Amino acid sequence: MQFNFNSTEPIYLQVAEQITEAIFARLYVAGDQVPSTTEVSKKFHINPATILKGMNLLVAQGLIEKRRGIGMFVTADAYQKIVKDRKNEFYDQKIIGIVREAKKLGIAQAELINLIERGFSN
Amino acid sequence: MTGIQMKQVAKNYGKKEILKSLDFELQPGKIYGLLGRNGAGKSTLLNLLANRIFPTSGEILVDDQNVIDNAQALGKIYLMSEKNLYPASQSLEQLLRGTKLLYGKFNFQLAYDLAGEFELSLQQKFSKLSTGYRSIFKLIAALATPAQYLLLDEPTLGLDAHHRNLVYQAIMDDYLENHRTVVIATHLIDEIANLMEHVLIIDRGKLILDGETEDILANAHLVVGPAKDVAKYTAGFNIIGREALGRITGYYIYGPLDDQRILPDTVSIEQTDLQKLFIYLTNNQGGIGK
Repeated sequence: MQFNFNSTEPIYLQVAEQITEAIFARLYVAGDQVPSTTEVSKKFHINPATILKGMNLLVAQGLIEKRRGIGMFVTADAYQKIVKDRKNEFYDQKIIGIVREAKKLGIAQAELINLIERGFSN
Repeated sequence: MTGIQMKQVAKNYGKKEILKSLDFELQPGKIYGLLGRNGAGKSTLLNLLANRIFPTSGEILVDDQNVIDNAQALGKIYLMSEKNLYPASQSLEQLLRGTKLLYGKFNFQLAYDLAGEFELSLQQKFSKLSTGYRSIFKLIAALATPAQYLLLDEPTLGLDAHHRNLVYQAIMDDYLENHRTVVIATHLIDEIANLMEHVLIIDRGKLILDGETEDILANAHLVVGPAKDVAKYTAGFNIIGREALGRITGYYIYGPLDDQRILPDTVSIEQTDLQKLFIYLTNNQGGIGK
């Protein structure tokens, strides 16, 4: 976890994103305990209510689960869920963005495909 | 009802109105940021809460009890003020013992631990301390009291970045352990933005903003793009500030945007931080509402 917070995105979303990123990077695998609200709050001087909101978002997404009295743990299928979500986002956010930028730069479709192929061969 | 209620509290000095009919509530167990420009009335407000001065009109209730000359209510409040009220001849150690007499209980272990962390010797006299170390000592005394309501007026006055960081750490550690109500009045908005759950902004004696930090930030937007497009997109919104650089213009908006309105390709919406919002809400032309 980097916890390099910026001030222009809600902190609770950043908390959720960073933990998601850590699960995606396999820093935390299924069954691992993620840092507690108190730990994160202490370490980064962030209000615990804010951290809890981020954690609850991850619970709602099924990425972590609460074990009463112990803490928050990564769910069995958290990694698969993240991969699935990110594949969906890949077209919506990345591909659309690349095509838009290519148009601005005057890169034609064939040329863009060439560039992608070059990216794969590197 | 627990917590602190301010009911139409006003304070005048002679003919000058310092605070104008403030109505708000401090809920138990929350961290509040009290923000305002120099002379906005922050310290006056905190002094009223701690009954160091009396309101001209209105009522202040602490856990349902009027605060005026009420020892029981005042035992629940500790004000770390900007003013230095300690006798010059006593050592810091003696001052801590004096604080214990006032509050009944006192966490000496915490005081010694914090003094060690800040490298502050308690054998010194208060009058010999630098501005920064005076702040540190006052904060240590505040955190070691059992008061349920901690009012911290400029707790980082005169401190370097390292010591400010230690101060925020000490406040957070205490909060996580004791869940007291903490009110932090400060000019260093960026540094406490993530610490506080609730924001109060006063401007020229009036409370102009009272809300949860997250909700406030969710309503603070910066709309950027070519001047004409930005003006058209933001028509009718609560515009609190404008910035321009060449042909690019940015409008600061406080309040909801219109989801139905189509955002032109040339215009983008960003979130603003608390500091920028504060600057535009408290400058002389702006203010909430139109």
